[in-house]
Amino acid sequence: MNQESCRVWVVIPAFNEAQSIARVLADLAAAGWRNQLVVDDGSEDETAAIARQQGARVLQLLINRGQGAALRTGIEYLARAESPDVIVTFDADGQHLAQDVARLVEPILKGRADVALGSRFLHSRSQVPFFRALILKAGVFFTWIVSDIPVTDTHNGLRAFGRKAYASIRIRQRGMEHASEILDEIKKRRLTFREAPVQVLYSAYSRRKGQPLANFLNIGVRFILKKLIA
Amino acid sequence: MTPIHWFILAFAAFALSRAFLRYRHKDITPGQFIFWAAIWIVITAATFAPAVSSYVAQVIGVGRGADAAFVFGIVLLFYLVFRLYVKLDSIDQDVTELVRKLTRKQEK
Repeated sequence: MNQESCRVWVVIPAFNEAQSIARVLADLAAAGWRNQLVVDDGSEDETAAIARQQGARVLQLLINRGQGAALRTGIEYLARAESPDVIVTFDADGQHLAQDVARLVEPILKGRADVALGSRFLHSRSQVPFFRALILKAGVFFTWIVSDIPVTDTHNGLRAFGRKAYASIRIRQRGMEHASEILDEIKKRRLTFREAPVQVLYSAYSRRKGQPLANFLNIGVRFILKKLIA
Repeated sequence: MTPIHWFILAFAAFALSRAFLRYRHKDITPGQFIFWAAIWIVITAATFAPAVSSYVAQVIGVGRGADAAFVFGIVLLFYLVFRLYVKLDSIDQDVTELVRKLTRKQEK
């Protein structure tokens, strides 16, 4: 384990990811990121047991409450138990590359930003399917209008938070809306951020596990409604 | 009285009695009881005294009493659906908070 990774923890929300979790954790460990926290979001398969076998620390939600709730649980736990310099969020379905984590951690450890956001659109090798790219770009526009934050990608699960960021950002939305909420919080808390190019792999498995395109409209509506009643 | 008058009167009486029972069992607050009682009293009044709804329609600028009742009903329904959404969201958040707090036992 290198000195840098000692101060960095990776939180991986996982729901029924028995098929991919072992490889995701092994890839992260091989890249030097051995501080791994898996938040099992009420999985009905062996996700938690496999994660433990791989040496990850595991927290289990009793029932499935959504990625936002799992991330919040993991981030708050790490803030209390480890107080790391950086907390990285990483998807469990294998669509992120472990070697991209360093690109997000670096600006935070060097004090250049409070938050680093992965962007698939800044990476030349991310082959985003046409309709998904269209929807994600609509999400970028939505984020710009609603939260007044200029980003090139939204709903990218690969991010890194520095101490100030993870202590101040509040994730209240339990579902996928949390991704928009995090951007909203960055603006609201006046945190500095940088985007870094990350590759997103679209395998048959990750596409099956990911958000159906039609769901993005629901996410937008839920985000606005919850913003109204918050 | 026509059958529709009887039906509305019976339903309003039933709904009012339910609201009163829930208030007596402290399931709803006095404010909520007054809100529901007012709704059913207004509905009954509008049914038996159409002149009231016609007067209201004239005051707010809607053509007929029935139209005023219709507009009022739609606005009320939107409001109630929104309240229901807020309540459901609050329960949803409570469940999430409960589940998250239960994981803290695993930390020890």
